[in-house]
Amino acid sequence: MIERITNNQLYHLVMANIRELMREPGVLFWGIVFPILMSLGLGIAFTKKKDIITTVAVIGRNHLVKSPDDSASIIRNFLQINKAGTQISKNGGYSKTLTIRNDKMGNTMFIFQAMDWKHAMVLLKRGNLNLILDEKNGAVQYHFDPNNPDAQLAYLKLTKLFSTTGRIATASDTEIAPLTVSGTRYIDFLVPGLIAMGVMMSSMWGISYAIIERRSKKLLRRMVATPMKHSNFLIALITVRVLMNFVEAGLLFLFAFLAFDITIQGNVPALLTLFIAGNFAFAGISIFISSNTAKTEIGNGLINAFSMPMMVLSGIFFSYHNFPVWSIPVIQQFPLTLMADGMRSIFIEGAGFSEASVPIIVLSSIGLVFFVAGMKIFRWH
Amino acid sequence: MDDKLVIEVKNVFKSFKAVQAVRGIDLRIPAGQFAAILGPNGAGKTTLVEMIEGIQEPDRGEIFIMGKTWKGDETYLRNIIGLSLQETHFIDKLSVWETLRLFASFFGIGKERCEEVLYIIALEEKRKAWVGNLSGGQRQRLALGISLLNKPKILLLDEPTTGLDPNARREIWTILRKLKEQLHTSLILTTHYMEEAEQLCDYIVIMDHGKILKEGTLTMLLGDMNDVPVQPVRTRKITLDDLFISLTGRHLDD
Ligand SMILES: Nc1ncnc2c1ncn2[C@@H]1O[C@H](COP(=O)(O)OP(=O)(O)OP(=O)(O)O)[C@@H](O)[C@H]1O
Ligand SMILES: [Mg+2]
Repeated sequence: MIERITNNQLYHLVMANIRELMREPGVLFWGIVFPILMSLGLGIAFTKKKDIITTVAVIGRNHLVKSPDDSASIIRNFLQINKAGTQISKNGGYSKTLTIRNDKMGNTMFIFQAMDWKHAMVLLKRGNLNLILDEKNGAVQYHFDPNNPDAQLAYLKLTKLFSTTGRIATASDTEIAPLTVSGTRYIDFLVPGLIAMGVMMSSMWGISYAIIERRSKKLLRRMVATPMKHSNFLIALITVRVLMNFVEAGLLFLFAFLAFDITIQGNVPALLTLFIAGNFAFAGISIFISSNTAKTEIGNGLINAFSMPMMVLSGIFFSYHNFPVWSIPVIQQFPLTLMADGMRSIFIEGAGFSEASVPIIVLSSIGLVFFVAGMKIFRWH
Repeated sequence: MDDKLVIEVKNVFKSFKAVQAVRGIDLRIPAGQFAAILGPNGAGKTTLVEMIEGIQEPDRGEIFIMGKTWKGDETYLRNIIGLSLQETHFIDKLSVWETLRLFASFFGIGKERCEEVLYIIALEEKRKAWVGNLSGGQRQRLALGISLLNKPKILLLDEPTTGLDPNARREIWTILRKLKEQLHTSLILTTHYMEEAEQLCDYIVIMDHGKILKEGTLTMLLGDMNDVPVQPVRTRKITLDDLFISLTGRHLDD
C-alpha cells in the first residue's frame, strides 16, 4: 500500500513542488515574513495613534513673546494664560509648546513656532506643517489648504481653544462615548485584505511563473514526453500552492491575533469556503496567463498587468470608495476586490454563508472560466 | 510493412514560418539498429527526431513506430520509448535521486529500477546532490539515465554527448553498447561528431538543409567515396570527414 503511494506520480509531483518551494529561501521571506512585517508596520502606523504633535507656524515673534512696544496679541495672551513652555533653538528659533490633555481622544501637543512667511512656506511645501497663524485687526487668521483634512482638524481644534476664556482643563468630554466595538480599527480593515492579496500574489507568481519557467527550460516538454498525465502536473502545482497559501494566511492571522487581537466575528466555514474559492479564481487566472508563452519576461509582464491594477484599485490598503463613483461597480467585480470585501465582511461584519455566497460563486466561476480558457490554448511543448 | 522495422518515416515535411526545417525525409530503422543522424547546425536533426518522438507534428508525411502512430497509440508508445532532448533543465533544487524517482513515477516504476539506473550512469555518489550543482557531463548522464528508466525498446537521443570531453563521451558509448547487447535496444542519435557515428552506430544518415544527403553503413558510405575521383593522389585513408566535405562543401563543426 505504502509502495503504491510512493510510486504514485501525483505524490511525486506534489513532493517535487513542495521540495522546490522549501529549498528556496526567498519563499519564506516573501510569502511569510514580508506580509507579517507589512501588517506590523501599517498596523502600528495607523492603529496606535497616541499623542498627536501638530506644528503651527506663527508669523511674527511678537505673537509669542512680548516686546515693549507691542500691542495686544490673542495668541500670546492665550499661551500666557495656559503657561505654554518656551523653547529657544540654537539658531535662535523661538517656539512655545502647549499640550492639551484629553482622556478619550489622546493628547495633542501644539508647537507654535515663530517664523516669517518665506520660511513658513518652505516648511509647508515640505509637509512639516500645514497651518499658518497670523493676526489682523485683532482677530486670528488661519492660512491652510481647505482640502487637507489634517489642517482642517488643527484649525477646528485651535478655533475652539482660542475661544475658551481662562485656563484649559484636561478635557474629559462627557459627550464622547468611546466605541469599543472590535473590527473598527485600521488593522481590522487591513488584515483580511492582506490575506486576499497574499493569495493573489502567491498564486500568480507560484503557478504562472513555475509553468512558464518549466516551459522555457523545456522541462514541460520533457515531462509530457513520458506517460505522465497532464492533469496531474497542474493538480500538483495548484495543490501545493493552495497549501502554501493556507500556511501563509494562517501565520498572518495568528500574528495579527497575537499582536493586534484580531478576531473572526463571522462564520468560519464560510470564510474557509471563500478562501478556497479565491484560491481557485487566482489559480485559474494563473493557468490562463501562463498557458501559451515560454518567455519569462512576457510572464512577468502579464502577471504585473493583472495584479498591479487590482493591488491599487481593490481597496487593500485604503477603501476604494474614494475612486470616482462610476468606477466603483467595476472595481467591485475584480476578483481581488470580491475576495477582500468578502473576507472583510466575515472578519469584521460577522457575515456568514448567506452574505458570502455571492463572492464564493462569482470567484469560483471566474476560476472555472479562466481555467477552461487556459486549457484550450495551453501549450505543453 | 516490414515487421522488423521499428521506425518508419515516410516523406515527412515540417516548416516554421519561413524556414523549411525538414523537406521530405524517408527513414527506416530495423530492430536493434543503432543509427546516427549526422549534420551541421540547423540541418533539421532535432526537428526530425522530435517528430519521431511525437513532440512535434509533421506538416506532411507519416511516421510509424512499431507499426503504430502517435495519433492512435500515444500511451503505448510513450511507455516503450526513451528519449533525451537536446537541452533540458531538470528541476535544479531536486536531488539526482528525487529526479529519477519523479520520472520513474510517470511510468509507474519503483525504486529498484532507479537504483539500477543510478548504477548504470555511475552517479551513485551524486545521489543526494542537487541537479543544479551537477557538472555538465553529470547532467547529461542524468538525462540519459532518465531515458533508460522504462527499459525502452526504442531510444532517441538528441546530441547526448555534445560538450563532453572525449573520456566522458566514451563512457556514454560504453553504456549504450551494453544496452545494445543486453536489451537489443534500437537507437537513433543525433550528433556532430564523426567519431561517434563511426564508432557507435551501424547506420549513418547524413543530413543538411532538411534533406538526407546520403545514408548507409560506414563501409557503404566510404566505399562510394572510393568511386569518386576527387583526389587523384590519395596519401591517406578516406574518412567520414572527407565524405561530409564532398557532400556539403564544409566541415561539420564549421
Ligand atoms: N520552433 C521553431 N521555430 C522556428 N524555427 C525553428 C524552430 N525549430 C527549429 N527551427 C529552425 O529549423 C531549422 C532546423 O532546426 P533544428 O533544430 O532541427 O536543427 P538541428 O539540426 O537540430 O541543429 P543543431 O545541430 O544546432 O541542433 C533551423 O533553421 C531552425 O532555426
Ligand atoms: Mg538539434
